[in-house]
Amino acid sequence: MKFRVYRYNPEKDAKPYMQDYDVPVADTDRMLLDAIVKLKALDDTLSFRRSCREGVCGSDAMNINGKNGLACITNLRELKEPVVLRPLPGLPVIRDLIVDMTQFFKQYHSIKPYVVDDRPLPEKERKQSPTERAELEGLYECILCACCTTSCPSFWWNPDKFVGPAGLLQAYRFIADSRDQVTAERLDNLEDPYRLFRCHTIMNCVDVCPKGLNPSLAISKIKELMVKRTV
Amino acid sequence: MSVVKHSIAKRSFDAVVVGAGGAGMRAAIQLAEAGLKVAVLSKVFPTRSHTVAAQGGIGAALGNMEEDNWHWHMFDTVKGSDYLGDQDAIEFMCRMAPQAVYELEHFGMPFDRNADGTLYQRPFGGHLSQFGQGKPVRRSCAAADRTGHAMLHTLYQRNVRQGTHFFVEWLALDLIRDQHGDVLGVVALEMETGEAMIFQAKATVLATGGAGRIFESSTNAFINTGDGLGMVARAGIPLEDMEFWQFHPTGVAGAGVLITEGVRGEGGYLVNANGERFMERYAPNAKDLASRDVVSRSMDQEIKEGRGCGPHKDHVLLKLEHLGPELINSKLPSIREIAIKFANVDPIKEPIPVVPTCHYMMGGIPANYYGQVVAQKDGNANAPVPGLYAAGECACVSVHGANRLGTNSLVDLLVFGRAAGEHVVETIKREPRAHKELPANAADRALSRLARLEGGSGGEQVAQVASDMRKTIQKHCGVFRTGTLLAEGVSKIREINARAQRTTIADKSKVFNTARIEALELENLAIVAEATVVSAEARKESRGAQAREDFKDRDDTNWLKHTLWYMQGSRLDYKEVNLKPLSVESFKPKARSY
Repeated sequence: MKFRVYRYNPEKDAKPYMQDYDVPVADTDRMLLDAIVKLKALDDTLSFRRSCREGVCGSDAMNINGKNGLACITNLRELKEPVVLRPLPGLPVIRDLIVDMTQFFKQYHSIKPYVVDDRPLPEKERKQSPTERAELEGLYECILCACCTTSCPSFWWNPDKFVGPAGLLQAYRFIADSRDQVTAERLDNLEDPYRLFRCHTIMNCVDVCPKGLNPSLAISKIKELMVKRTV
Repeated sequence: MSVVKHSIAKRSFDAVVVGAGGAGMRAAIQLAEAGLKVAVLSKVFPTRSHTVAAQGGIGAALGNMEEDNWHWHMFDTVKGSDYLGDQDAIEFMCRMAPQAVYELEHFGMPFDRNADGTLYQRPFGGHLSQFGQGKPVRRSCAAADRTGHAMLHTLYQRNVRQGTHFFVEWLALDLIRDQHGDVLGVVALEMETGEAMIFQAKATVLATGGAGRIFESSTNAFINTGDGLGMVARAGIPLEDMEFWQFHPTGVAGAGVLITEGVRGEGGYLVNANGERFMERYAPNAKDLASRDVVSRSMDQEIKEGRGCGPHKDHVLLKLEHLGPELINSKLPSIREIAIKFANVDPIKEPIPVVPTCHYMMGGIPANYYGQVVAQKDGNANAPVPGLYAAGECACVSVHGANRLGTNSLVDLLVFGRAAGEHVVETIKREPRAHKELPANAADRALSRLARLEGGSGGEQVAQVASDMRKTIQKHCGVFRTGTLLAEGVSKIREINARAQRTTIADKSKVFNTARIEALELENLAIVAEATVVSAEARKESRGAQAREDFKDRDDTNWLKHTLWYMQGSRLDYKEVNLKPLSVESFKPKARSY
């Protein structure tokens, strides 16, 4: 199977280039990651991240034939050849398919990604009804792979100022949690021309999310809450 | 190799935690909360650790669904371990389990709930009421079938709140031990720069996870390479009970991806080629919810006797269509996703093809229930190694003995991660002291491993040796074992281990050189593989996950003891099982049926 892969090693390459590979693929190789692992056995200088190989750890996000996705749950048979592999767009490349995710995680951390409830804790669990718990569906499942955020033009232009779809999805995850007591502060934290309002509903995030989540919907719910509290 | 004296950077911390999965991050919370200066090293971003892949739940006798108590949980765990578990540690874990779960809820874990707002719990294999005499009890606290993911993210989030100092994408290479045997920290490699650094620490907590990648067919992530085990083995500390590897009954046939036991907990069951629910024959009481070793062996037996499914009769089927789309979509959504992606079947309509697949390492670094690593010293088989701790899958406390119960892995991470952190905090508070002086050769072993790969050419390729290792272990040390297969396996694996220590990589660069990382990981994996097959060959009995066709029965007279394997000379030793709990009566070994 034919592959065209983005290569860049800062120690020896003045600039990035695309390298062509022909990888012998067996019937048992189902997913793109299987083929990339084979490729590495042929050329051990190719660097990429991978771990769980089942779509839950978020390591092997990359740009596959122009679209962000996880190599481990991308069906090899459905890919057009040559399969063009590039690092996630919008973040600095460290080497080959490995990007520097510092900015992505900085934005995630900026939304205070933890339940804040400073009331005295009960001996046992805090109660939460199944309906309240259901509010977290479609939010807590995020694997922080960055497919969405790095497909968002608003993030490309303002990675330091716009929280991005992944961070905003998580912002809403904590707003939506019945146990969290600081919704007002969370909204204040996003009340800014860039942090939230740079989202122009382009919807690339929804299109690429490998877990089928909808950051755009979460963002619109945050915007609704902003409007509600001003009236 | 002469002492490599070129400058190596050094940083000092009260505690260094190696690994940021469930155990490492739970320990880190304890350490950071106490105000200690702590560094957490992880070779992947914390939320990429393999805890993320756990599905079914966390075992704790909360009694939210029906009557339950920790005594029953303790009995089930002892019986599940085929009596090889240490009963002091098992009592400690089962008593602490409810608190560990409540704490996790307080950290913000999105647990599933009951109508009254309490935590929902589901049944799981081997968890019964009335000291094994009653019906299956609902004990597993879950977040759908993504419990590990929800737990790992929650623990990371709590650490973010705490301001824990993470060193992300650093691979720990070796322990630093002085002439007294005290552990004074680790040497680690920063992947992005390719530079090594000394992390000096008053306490080093290993939480490096399992090593399931020694098997060809495994549910484990690529990163599960036994790095902590390699580090302690090289430092002269033994590995305990390495013959005991759990084969999870339901890995997707051909792909190895895990299908949670929670599927059977929710009412799914296994059938053979005749459509027969065969577990009724092997375990009339618990049926499909017997413990994992029992179910895996029964499946293998069905396949061996020609009742396997598919054109090659090489798997059985997991049926859950009868549960209905609503339950499947709400309680088992990821299972549906996995089945569609990796097995091309929609479980709402069709059964999932499954085979027993290597899943979990019961053995590991010998530790006590405070998380301290223990080794033989001056006649004491369990003398703590000063400054060294281990928690989670890399540790052998031993709460799982010869076979782990489902849901006991996550609770192990929480209870012993916390306990290790707490013991470090108390020790440092009780005996405040400056850092001990590092020996002149502190970084030698680690740097010579790097130097070997930096130079060198003409050696074997990492991928080739790794593939030979996985195939050999799979063939010689699988679900059913024989003396002949094991003896052949020992000589083959010894040879492969030697080859693993002299591979060559083409990539000599520094920045994010993953070829170098894989070569270093293979050195650790091969050590684990050798420990496994040597320990398995020597144990002339069947117990828990070790099933020998030439010694079909458990032999408590000769083999109710823990194996200890030393890398130096590939030598074996043994130590007693602790049958004495902390406060309750001992559970004496008896015949085990479900």
